[in-house]
Amino acid sequence: MSMKTSTRQIDGVAIVDCSGRITLGEGSITLRDTVRELLSKGNKKILLNLGDVNYIDSSGIGELVSAFTTVRNQGGDLKLLNLTKKVHDLLQITKLYTVFDVKDDEATAVKAFGK
Amino acid sequence: MTEHRVSYTLDSTLETVDSAEQTASRIAAEAGFDDDEVMRIAMAVREAAVNAVLHGNAYDPGKKVKLDIERTNYDLVITICDQGKGLDLNKIPDPLAPENLLKTSGRGIFLIRSFMDEVHIRPSHTGTEIKLVKHVHGTAAGGKEASQ
Repeated sequence: MSMKTSTRQIDGVAIVDCSGRITLGEGSITLRDTVRELLSKGNKKILLNLGDVNYIDSSGIGELVSAFTTVRNQGGDLKLLNLTKKVHDLLQITKLYTVFDVKDDEATAVKAFGK
Repeated sequence: MTEHRVSYTLDSTLETVDSAEQTASRIAAEAGFDDDEVMRIAMAVREAAVNAVLHGNAYDPGKKVKLDIERTNYDLVITICDQGKGLDLNKIPDPLAPENLLKTSGRGIFLIRSFMDEVHIRPSHTGTEIKLVKHVHGTAAGGKEASQ
């Protein structure tokens, strides 16, 4: 199953609902294109909902890092929401769990972006 | 005593990566590993296949990836060989070092070592062989590497 995204807006935050696999090739490209498109349209508060992402490989991890640094470098912020256990464990062993701002409640996550 | 062994010669494509992962997942499940272990084994094989296709053979259609999976009474042994220039083990960065945390690549070998009981990497000028071992009864406590 490849990766799919759909985007909605709440209180100025672009919430990207992701599902499937973020892996080398199509999945990573889909994530990259989605984040780039949001930035090009002026969306600098991006919340990636990974609740339906059941698999990420090292390329997908790299793409998450790339998205994070790209958004930060443009003065924005990117947070992660609803990690599955597999993704949570992967971010733990790669020491990225503390790099990303990870939330498990959407309303709290949206508020955390501030005004 | 060898119970079962399969070998594949695969093209240097992304389809090979998916195929290697799926094959390893199926055989690991058949060998009786639980779901979490199957996922770890399949992911390690995926990362090794990515290295072979992308970094070893550089998608060269003239170069092949060899995948061998051997199941014994004690171990599941997966060997992946490419026909690239050979991995330079001294150039593999530590992805956990603070200066590397935000790098977008370089985590594949680390994940492989994290998920398997033994990892043996044999680079040469005619390609790299990586052997991944998972003990059937989980007797090893963590990743252990021998490089030659």
